Amino acid sequence: MNVQFRPESSASVSIKTAIADCDIHPARATNDELFPFMAKRWHSHLDTYGKQAYHGMMEGPPYPKAQPNASRRDAWPPEGGPQGSSLSFMQKQLLDPYSVALGVLNPLNSGQGLRNQDMAGAICSAINDWQIEKWTSKDRRLKGSIVVANEDGVAAAAEIRKRAGDPNFVQVLLLSRNVEPLGQRRYWPVYEAAQEIGLPVGVHAFGFGGNPLTPSGWPSFYIEEMVGHAQCQQTVLASLVLEGVFERFPKLKMVMIEAGFGWAPSLGWRLDKSFERLHSEVPYLKRKPSEYIRDHIWWTTQPMEDPERRDHLFQTIEWIGWDKLLFATDYPHWDFDEPSRVLPPGVSEANREAFYLGNAKKLYGIA
Amino acid sequence: MTRHVIAAVDELPPGTRKFLDIDGRPIAIFNIKGEFFGLLNRCPHQGAALCEGPLIGLAQSSDPGEIEYTKLGEIIRCPWHGWEFDIRTGQSYCDPKRFRARAYPVNVEPGTAVVKGPYVAETIAVSVESDYVVVDL
Repeated sequence: MNVQFRPESSASVSIKTAIADCDIHPARATNDELFPFMAKRWHSHLDTYGKQAYHGMMEGPPYPKAQPNASRRDAWPPEGGPQGSSLSFMQKQLLDPYSVALGVLNPLNSGQGLRNQDMAGAICSAINDWQIEKWTSKDRRLKGSIVVANEDGVAAAAEIRKRAGDPNFVQVLLLSRNVEPLGQRRYWPVYEAAQEIGLPVGVHAFGFGGNPLTPSGWPSFYIEEMVGHAQCQQTVLASLVLEGVFERFPKLKMVMIEAGFGWAPSLGWRLDKSFERLHSEVPYLKRKPSEYIRDHIWWTTQPMEDPERRDHLFQTIEWIGWDKLLFATDYPHWDFDEPSRVLPPGVSEANREAFYLGNAKKLYGIA
Repeated sequence: MTRHVIAAVDELPPGTRKFLDIDGRPIAIFNIKGEFFGLLNRCPHQGAALCEGPLIGLAQSSDPGEIEYTKLGEIIRCPWHGWEFDIRTGQSYCDPKRFRARAYPVNVEPGTAVVKGPYVAETIAVSVESDYVVVDL
């Protein structure tokens, strides 16, 4: 039969080589999914008082998104629920066709950035249990990220230590937009605990810290938010380096998630140049800022810069190091990167393997 | 080139689309205000099922603050990255020099012609009283 109705699958290609996907966003079909993992008092507390964020615009993200739920339009699960809420559909649409051997879950819309710190802790802990129950125990390719009440360093550290040695988790997750820049001391207990249990700390773009996305105020358009994540992540990174986080926690590894990486060399150059003149302001730094960045920071690839000349991309990656990039699709979000099309030709086999899988396995300790 | 009978005209009212797999190629046929157009259901950018996106119009502007919305229902927006293509021509509005959606000629033929012709019409019973949507591939 050469004429038929709508084909079953919308995935047009499949990939045979195993890859890692270091930024997958699992969603809840309903909020009730979290209730089994929360004390009863929080069910009624949420019903009665709701969530208070540091941000305004609590009923939705601060900017409209390009597609519904910022997601691919073909990612609605057939059984209902929002995009990213069905394991079986994720397997069919992402894990199987693209041969994902390691998928790192980064739950958004958790309890991070809530002003009620006890509630933030309760929701984050429930999200961590939910990741095991609904995802990582059901598909061994998937690994979770420990989400924590980020503004309460002590509680966050306790949640991290509670998960020590649990093979369901491969990283601790923070967001880029917080009450203060992430290098400041209130966040150090997170880094101390993460270093202690041997997990990297991921910093994903977004968050609800109450500050505008940019240092000049609230911009008008979603497209400004898209590029603003890079500016925001630069602030985070400068703060981490200049506050001495990597001197204080020399084994700490961090992952910059979903904010690009093309800006990294210029940030390193500018920091190094200022550092030559202003070393006396931050004398506890023993090395040039760029050296901390290159040693301690990994980068996920979605969104990957797409310069007009591919040698510009390769030069940028050489500055960062081919051993520091982690492939990510950002599934199910609309700016999804298709693995077979994202890396231009001209990359050695060894670097391709590191880019798509090897770096992630090494960083996240997956055999 | 083979001609394929896709549907009776009545089956595809204006504003609707039909997805097909013709000789291994995913195709979508659109009825835009009574005219029929065919596109390869694969985005030339990263391979998404292009034709599953929403039908929108084209926002154009001569000056900041002046926005004109034209071609309503004639632009397909990719379900992944939002790239916009003109269904009539396959032209990309995001990167017209490098990317173009593959368009296929679609015609309406009377049943009398379809019954006589060397067409492929395996899934629909053809009768001479109707008009049919026909694509060349």
